[in-house]
Amino acid sequence: MRNTLIIGFAAVLLWSACKSGSDKKTLPIYGNREPVTKTVDGKQVTDTIYQTIPPFKFVNQYGDSISNKTLNGDIYVVDFFFTTCPSICPIMHRNMLKVYETFKNTGNFKIISHTIDPKHDSVPVLKKYADKLGISGNIWWFLQGKKEDVYTIAEKNYLVAVKQDSSVSGGYIHAGYFVLIDKQKRIRGSYDGTDPKQVDEMIADIKTLQAEPDQMIVQ
Amino acid sequence: MSWKLACSLIVFVIILLIAACQSEENLEFKRYYSSGALVYQQHCQNCHGANGEGLSALIPPLSDSTYLRRNLSSLPCYVKNGLKGQITVKGKVFEGTMPANDLSPVEIAQVLTYICNSWGNKLSTIDEQLVQKKLAGCK
Repeated sequence: MRNTLIIGFAAVLLWSACKSGSDKKTLPIYGNREPVTKTVDGKQVTDTIYQTIPPFKFVNQYGDSISNKTLNGDIYVVDFFFTTCPSICPIMHRNMLKVYETFKNTGNFKIISHTIDPKHDSVPVLKKYADKLGISGNIWWFLQGKKEDVYTIAEKNYLVAVKQDSSVSGGYIHAGYFVLIDKQKRIRGSYDGTDPKQVDEMIADIKTLQAEPDQMIVQ
Repeated sequence: MSWKLACSLIVFVIILLIAACQSEENLEFKRYYSSGALVYQQHCQNCHGANGEGLSALIPPLSDSTYLRRNLSSLPCYVKNGLKGQITVKGKVFEGTMPANDLSPVEIAQVLTYICNSWGNKLSTIDEQLVQKKLAGCK
């Protein structure tokens, strides 16, 4: 009798452990949000508008124009770098290579790396960098554009600090963040791209995002 | 009986002496190597990787023993002043710029001892005197 009880208890424990394990984790939504009240069918309805990435236009390593529309329906990861960066960029892109290898065949996924030194990092320079890194195809884009545009989108929209400063080695201060954007163009995660553990976390979070049911696309 | 004891005592003393000599050399190597690991983490690891693996075709690996042995006398200059242009490591051509590192001769000796004795490399201890001599001849 006692044994049966114990076995039964263990079974319940195991079952609940399994259950909590399979519970889907949802990722937070970052950035500003504002409630919007509108009238639908004569009733007052309050909705939340989340901060999203606004329209942009840059050029990738193949010389193709890439805009916010090109990324419609994609989950993507953004970072900021420059090809002559002596400090954190090599380690960021060593870690990003793992992300690339994990998701390059899954579809609806992109990586975009903005150069913050567009004067030096022309399209051919970015192409050469991509080649040497071992990147081909259209999963990982290295984007070049007007400096003001890059700096503005970094700070205002992706919430990553970038600054030119001749006193530091390489000439720029920038944070090595990987920012995760969902299909609705909302920020869902921000990770230290120099830390392999956080990058592994991001890989898990991308899988969570991929399993998220498609909601109405805001844009 | 006593000559046997004397003999074994002599042998024992000789063994002790050899062991002491070895450990003296060994100790110096270990000091250089462990300090070198820290210098490596701070100044080299971002680009060359935690296992000296480099990064694709952008940054050369440090596990090419033949390259290290052949260029041993230039290595202190490479670390101190950086390196530009084409080099072939592990059969692959690399070109780019390695930045200069403002390290003291002893730090260069430590980090080179670490690199030259990690990831399959097995060269000797590279001590401070040797580094100073080589630095004087940098182009």
